[in-house]
Amino acid sequence: MTYSYFPGCTLKTRGKDLDTWGRASMEALGIHLEELPQWQCCGAVYPLAKDEIGSRLSAVRALAAARDLGTPLVTLCSACHHVIKRTNYDIRHDALFRDRANNYMAPDTAYQGEAQVLHYLEVLRDHVGFDTLAKKVVKPLTGRKIGAYYGCLLLRPSKAMAFDDPENPTILEDFIQAIGAQPVFYAQRNECCGGYVTLEDPSLSQARAGAVLHNAAAQGADTLITACPLCLYNLQKNGGKLPVVYFTELLAEALGLKEVPV
Amino acid sequence: MSQWTDTIRQISGVDPRKCMKCGKCTATCPAYDHMEYHPHQFVDMVTTGRVEELMASKGIYTCLTCFACVERCPRSVEPAAIIEAVRLAVIRQQGGNHMTPDQIPGLLDEELPQQAITSALRKYSKGG
Ligand code: SF4
Ligand code: SF4
Repeated sequence: MTYSYFPGCTLKTRGKDLDTWGRASMEALGIHLEELPQWQCCGAVYPLAKDEIGSRLSAVRALAAARDLGTPLVTLCSACHHVIKRTNYDIRHDALFRDRANNYMAPDTAYQGEAQVLHYLEVLRDHVGFDTLAKKVVKPLTGRKIGAYYGCLLLRPSKAMAFDDPENPTILEDFIQAIGAQPVFYAQRNECCGGYVTLEDPSLSQARAGAVLHNAAAQGADTLITACPLCLYNLQKNGGKLPVVYFTELLAEALGLKEVPV
Repeated sequence: MSQWTDTIRQISGVDPRKCMKCGKCTATCPAYDHMEYHPHQFVDMVTTGRVEELMASKGIYTCLTCFACVERCPRSVEPAAIIEAVRLAVIRQQGGNHMTPDQIPGLLDEELPQQAITSALRKYSKGG
């Protein structure tokens, strides 16, 4: 099976580990992620200004391209996912935005929100299935205590993201169980790490990242997993000693695709 | 009411008068200590026309855009959208950019993801 895939700018550079192990693992699970031709950077931040159209157009282009290919559009970076899913929501619910975007882009067929946007984790949960995933695990991460770090962008606002319960999500914990490890629940798993202000106000990033890692460590986590390159950077740089890795790295380990670091 | 109240309502698409002043947005805000006005005050001060004070406050740059206030507001007021609209009211002015591309090289380190730069420029300078 082939799905369209939007990697985004960071997964081609600093976030290669998220991308490389994500693609390899999906391939092993029988789904080929075909990179969307000529995708443009999503802009990394969803613009909250209702009167800005231009800053959402690259997302509309990606959505229309996936619609034309007749495949779901899979994203992996939390930020890309947030921008593209919310833009699709806007196209479906905001007639003025839909009209203005189509008027500007003038596609052969107007884009009306037909594409389905899926986060990689949603593909694992809803298309592969965590039970099936568990059966394909060859090197279970037995004995590991992993904390899921959701952050903000995957979950909120839940009306548009429709990803999981925004206050009590389970998708990452179910994933952790499927790869044979023990999920560690901690209060800060869906609170912000302060990544956005790492250039503006490092003291705030440090306070937030420290709070997240301290809470996870206190609950017994030996590692945190994330789907966001900015969270990973910020938690590592500004947080503390607890290791933070991309969830796709542990997935590839469990599937026997990646050497386990000693 | 100042001229700015309408501007903020237009940019954000939010009606701040829906607020019932419960304070849940502020109670959940992870940037609380780094904002001199808190999310419920943004909502209130836009309603009462004190927008210029908000425009001069550092909180428009330290809001983490984490959407906790948006998710947890029982009245769907979207304080984060109001805060962003106040920031844009400043940034869209001539010379109002808070960050420019020539500052970026000095801020880089080897691990910094592209996403950090792209999002900082999106948040702190004029968009499309
Ligand atoms: S979006 Fe901004 S104001 Fe709202 S809770 Fe997060 S940091 Fe606070
Ligand atoms: S949570 Fe909503 S209703 Fe309550 S004070 Fe904040 S903006 Fe107003």
